[in-house]
This record gives sequence, C-alpha cells and structure tokens, in this order.
Amino acid sequence: MAELVWISIDESPVEVEPGTTVAAAILQSDTAGFRRSVTGEWRGPVCGMGICFECRVAINGQPHRRSCQAYCESGMVVRTK
Amino acid sequence: MTGPEYEVVIVGAGPAGISAACVVAETGRDALLIDDNPSPGGQIWREQERHGSNWEAAHWLRRLQLYRVEVLRGATVIDGDPDKHAIVCETANSVSTIRYKKLILATGSRELFLPFPGWTLPNVMGAGGLQALVKAGMPISGKRVVIAGSGPLLLAVGAYLKKQGAHVLAIAEQASWARLARFGLGLPTQPYKLAEAVQLKRALFRVPYHAGAWVEAALGETVLERVRLSLSHRRWEAPCDYLAVGFGLVPNIELAATLGCKLSAGCVQVDPMQQTSASDILSAGETTGIGGVELSLMEGRIAGYSAIGDRLNAQWLFSDRERMRRFARRMQKAFALREELRHLPLEGTLVCRCEDVSYQRIAPMPGWRAAKLHTRCGMGPCQGRVCGPAAEFLFGWHCQSTRAPVFPARIDSLIGHKEE
Repeated sequence: MAELVWISIDESPVEVEPGTTVAAAILQSDTAGFRRSVTGEWRGPVCGMGICFECRVAINGQPHRRSCQAYCESGMVVRTK
Repeated sequence: MTGPEYEVVIVGAGPAGISAACVVAETGRDALLIDDNPSPGGQIWREQERHGSNWEAAHWLRRLQLYRVEVLRGATVIDGDPDKHAIVCETANSVSTIRYKKLILATGSRELFLPFPGWTLPNVMGAGGLQALVKAGMPISGKRVVIAGSGPLLLAVGAYLKKQGAHVLAIAEQASWARLARFGLGLPTQPYKLAEAVQLKRALFRVPYHAGAWVEAALGETVLERVRLSLSHRRWEAPCDYLAVGFGLVPNIELAATLGCKLSAGCVQVDPMQQTSASDILSAGETTGIGGVELSLMEGRIAGYSAIGDRLNAQWLFSDRERMRRFARRMQKAFALREELRHLPLEGTLVCRCEDVSYQRIAPMPGWRAAKLHTRCGMGPCQGRVCGPAAEFLFGWHCQSTRAPVFPARIDSLIGHKEE
C-alpha cells in the first residue's frame, strides 16, 4: 500500500490515496460547491474530464485550476470559493 | 517557430491516439503522444495505467511502453500553425512549440449535456463525468445515484457505480422500448457486442431500467436533494445524492477546426486514409464520428499507417472499419434524441453555465453568433463546449466558432509563443 498524501482544503487537512485528483479529494471532504458562478450560484464538477471548467479552484495560489485534471501532491494547498 | 520536431505528433492519448502512436513507433519512427490528462488512456481507459482491469487497455498501454512512445502528459494544445507544421502546447508551468511532419488529431469526444431545471446544482454531473471522478478517488459507496440520459454509456456507468457500492436508484433511457428492441434484434449479428450487453445486464441485476424515460428536474436548495423523472405513464421522484446525466457524445473538433480542417455534420471530415482536408493533418477516433472504442482503435491504426505512407497495411483494415461504422450508425439511430427534451428548460433555466445566461435570453436570438454577442452565451472559459451543442439541439443553430487559444491559456503562454 502506497503512502497516503496529505493536502489542505480550505485550511482543513485531508488525507487521500496517491492518484486521487483534487476534485475527488474535495468531494471526499463532503464539499459539493467548488466555486461560485458569475451570479453567485454554487457549482461543482460536471464533466470530470477538463472541458466544462465548473470544478475550478485555487491550487497553491494559482487560481482557476481545473481540479479534475490535477493529482493531489503532498502539501498542496487548495482553496474553494 | 523553433522547437523539437517529430515525424508524427499525435494529439489525444485515448484508444485512437494510442493505436496510431504504436503503429508509427513500431517501425522505429519517432512519435510524440500528447494528452491533456495526467495519464494516457483517454476517457474510456481512464486510470487503466494505475489499476489495469481491462485486458484491451492493458495490451495497448503495454505496447506504448514496449515501443518507447514518448508521452507528454498534462499538456494542452492551445494553438497551431499548419503552414509551419507546428503546434503550441501548454503544461502547468511551461509552454512549448512542437513541430511535426504529420499530425494526427485524436481528440475524442465529450458528453452532450442538455439543460433542464436544476441541472446546474452541485452533484448533478455527467454520467461519464461521475464515473471519471469515482475512478479518480471520489467516494461513492452507499450513495444514492440516479442515472439519466441516453446511450449504452448509462448502462456501463450504472454497472461500474453499483460495483463500487453505490445504490443506483434508477436508470432512465430516453429512447423508447420500441427503438431499443429494434436495435437489440440486430445484436446477434455482432456477437461481441451481444456478450457485452448480457454482461452489463447481469451486473445491473435489480437496478430499475426505464426506457422512454427522462429527467424533468433536479431539485434542491443549494445542492442536489431530489430528482424528478418522467416515466412513460407517470412521474417518479426520489431523494438522491448524485444525478448522473449524459445524452450521448459530441466530437471534440475545436483543435481540428482551428487548424483549418473541414467539418461535416459536427465531425472532422476524413478520406479513407483518415486524412483531413488540411495537408499533413490526419484524424481518427470519435473526433471523426462517434463509434466507440473498437472503431477508434481501428481508425487509429489506419491513421498510423497512413501517416507513415503504408497504404497497403491501411487498406487491409478498411472492410473492418466499414462494418464498425455501420454498427455505429445503427446505434446513433436507436438512441436518437426525442423532441420532448427540447422543451425541458423553463424560462429561467440557465443554458450557458459559464456566463449564467438563461433560456429566455437566448431563445429569441436569431442564431449562435448573435446569442454570443448579445448575451455572452458561450463566451466563458468552456468556450461553448457545453452550451454550444446544447443550443444546437435546442434551437437548431450551427454553433461552431473556434479560434485560438483552443483552451483558455495563461497570458504568459500566449505572449511566450508569439514572441518566438
């Protein structure tokens, strides 16, 4: 069994299996709303393959990263909005 | 433009791209396989590199290693210059120009999403989308899931989720029993497909499957709480955790269109050698028409042979390809979308999820271009990838208007590659 990866999601530590995407990690922490739309509605991932841009979050300070296209790396800091 | 040059560059590491790359690399030529995702396999063989459970995927991924095909992961092709035989590729922290002698576009397809009340609520996802997220580590065990839309993907997703411990409350297929039966009668001519169907049926034991049924609304305050379906003679409503919807597949033609390849009926047009209308650019797989994994592998191989000038080996495969294309056409017909789905959105239902543009603002527009200019529909980060095909279905518009960058890119990437 490979070692677990620790990341921080909105300042809470989350432990995931290696190979977990950031989107899947956020869903593990029971957060459904990943971001607010331009009119303030909550949105979460839809396509799971990087085309809909609904799962955007900030990763290590870089805004608008598609969380379904990024694997969790130890020490990653993720912010939903 | 400077940058490394390869004999053949393949964009998209799904079945079509992988088989094309293997054919090229087998002959000792250098091939570069580029994919937006963190690992090869495409959507159908997602995560197969890590947890190989599909023998066919394992076979092709092994060949990829065996022939030492160079794979560029997590790299998005944002632009290209066909005159200079070059494409521009962005990764998480760099941008590079790559030159090719032949380019094969195997960019695959995405799910067709259609608007209905509540479809923007968190936890309403694509059918393939939910499956992809579960494969990537999203917990699903014990969760209540409703699956709705159209096509064989619904069954595959249902079987997968059930195996992962989800409670699949219902699968709603919009095609009628009559159409499905007609399609089913033809299955014995395709023994391989029949076996697949029987296996799926067994995996979905006790999961209610409704034909001629569709989702009417997703309900909830800020996240999904309940789903309402229209079954043939009644309404069905139940609380659930996730709603997975997919109404079929749409070819990803954006890059091909930007590079000047001719399209026809929403697909990249190719000749028998998988050559597009643009010189030295070929295309294979779902990009040229939805047809499934077997057809994609076949077209990929043909494109590979074609790219290295091996006509004879390509021609050997033509009759197999034709048989698979015929099957794909029958499938398209069986799962054709019904009229009722055009009337699902209410006045206030959003059609464009990026710019939050409602049905009532888009509907009066004379066409896609006007809708974009007046309402910002299709002008957000997805660049109309979701609402374009939806508007095409709802209003009968022609919704293709691609330009570089094909995907949203960082400013420094754009500046960087223009300066070169």
